[in-house]
Amino acid sequence: MDTLTAEMDQPRVGHDAIASARDEWLKVMAWRIGITVVGLGVWEGISGRWVKPFWISSPSAIWAQLFGWYESGDLWMHIEITMTETVLGFVFGAVSGVAFGLALGLNKRLAAVLDPFVIAFYSLPKIALAPLFILWFGVGLLSKVVMATFVVFFLVFYNTYAGTLAVEQELVDVLRLMGATRWQIVRKVILPSVLLWIFTGMKISVPYALIGAVVGEMMASNKGLGYLIQASAGQYDTAGVFAALFVLMIIATGLHELLKQSEKLMLRWKEEST
Amino acid sequence: MTPLIEYRGIARRFTTRRGTVTACEHVDLTVHEGEFLAIVGPSGCGKSTLLNMAAGLLQPSAGAVFYRGEKVAEPNTRVGYMTQRDTLLPWRSVEDNVAIALELRGESRAERLRKAHDWLHRVGLKGFESAYPGQLSGGMRRRVSMARTLAYEPETILMDEPFGALDAQLRLVMHDELLKLWAATKTTMVFVTHDLMEAVTLADRVAVFSPRPGRIRAIETVDLPRPRDVFRIRFDPRFGELHDRLWGYLEENVREGVRVG
Ligand SMILES: Nc1ncnc2c1ncn2[C@@H]1O[C@H](COP(=O)(O)OP(=O)(O)O)[C@@H](O)[C@H]1O
Ligand SMILES: [Mg+2]
Repeated sequence: MDTLTAEMDQPRVGHDAIASARDEWLKVMAWRIGITVVGLGVWEGISGRWVKPFWISSPSAIWAQLFGWYESGDLWMHIEITMTETVLGFVFGAVSGVAFGLALGLNKRLAAVLDPFVIAFYSLPKIALAPLFILWFGVGLLSKVVMATFVVFFLVFYNTYAGTLAVEQELVDVLRLMGATRWQIVRKVILPSVLLWIFTGMKISVPYALIGAVVGEMMASNKGLGYLIQASAGQYDTAGVFAALFVLMIIATGLHELLKQSEKLMLRWKEEST
Repeated sequence: MTPLIEYRGIARRFTTRRGTVTACEHVDLTVHEGEFLAIVGPSGCGKSTLLNMAAGLLQPSAGAVFYRGEKVAEPNTRVGYMTQRDTLLPWRSVEDNVAIALELRGESRAERLRKAHDWLHRVGLKGFESAYPGQLSGGMRRRVSMARTLAYEPETILMDEPFGALDAQLRLVMHDELLKLWAATKTTMVFVTHDLMEAVTLADRVAVFSPRPGRIRAIETVDLPRPRDVFRIRFDPRFGELHDRLWGYLEENVREGVRVG
């Protein structure tokens, strides 16, 4: 809206302000790098001197381990497995969660009938189901995908359902008076209102998809980052445990950043429309 | 004159945790086809409640509302309702909000946008077609709501304090527009306001309500000739007489309210 934005006062940012903001950023970055270098240095220094590497390993050993996995091609294979499980679990869980959430939200009778069952399953710690899924679906990819799907499903379902309950009745009424059919009301009022809730549910469920996959791998599997952690620990290979954790940390941070960016896009949409 | 909306022996009570409130009672009122009826009364006397019942969004606790002789039992699609609260869809641009009823009817996009733009122009919102409701002021949103209600030409229009948020000048401009359109279409209008001047300027008849529980205190016919010049009619002596008489009924309310309170 040109007319509107033109009316709004843009804060005038002078060169000084820009320069000092950049200075501030550089300082922050310098501190971060400093902390990292010192932290790694101290770790390397005390390892083998004051604390046994068995307990804390050392940055150089972890690096060597990572490099070894990289060279053998194992690293990518494990990352790929874990990411596949996470992504598939997220997609299946989100799609089925939205579908089921809408079905219940649009059908009061169905919601009333299923309410106690839904609550019961929702309250169950989902992780406790991992052994059962492994029993049913084996030690391969499938059991982890099911695990992640299950965790994501409930989060997305619950948010979608709550969204349908939060739809403003007045908006629905106005369209009804205009002669809208039920399906038109769903398409033009309910779905757009619920969209924001669906996105929120998806957002919070991404890290849980990763957790679901990794926990499943730790229980029983021969591939994936969860397996790497479990297997390394089983061989008292501390460097291996740390190396796998490090990779997991990078992936989780990456997902977090991805979510932050997608949220920014969402907020822009919301700002324009609310 | 054909009766279009009939309120017969209406009462409506609301039960909340804090007890039961009687919004209105003993309401008998007939709205004739093609007339412009204004409902005036203090805040909380059940004016919005009455409109909700005519729209079929609310059922009376006693009595019944009839539309063309049939009991209103479900949402009444013959009426266009501009509610007191803002009900624009925040995710739709202004033009798409105005065009929504036409969209529901399956009119082509070009056709409905043409109508929407025409209405936006009439309510003084040219240039805001692609803005979102959240970017507009309260008064502008009210005008979008009005354009949306008028754009699909319902047989009857219910308006609940539509111009409360507008400044005095703009309000007069909107009165002018509304009367022109009403003269052209002969739509039946039920117009709720707490502004007596507005009621007398616009209406054929004015119903004055008592404070809660709302009852009809008086119904006056406004015999000012049409077309009316909304900018000057206030200075007409007949306007003054009518206004004074109606104010008398409202004043009783105010004084009673003071005595009781
Ligand atoms: N849905 C509701 N639930 C409970 N009380 C209500 C409801 N709607 C209206 N009321 C009460 O009924 C009375 C009349 O309300 P309303 O019709 O909105 O008055 P008005 O439009 O004349 O200001 C008020 O006291 C209000 O609090
Ligand atoms: Mg009201």
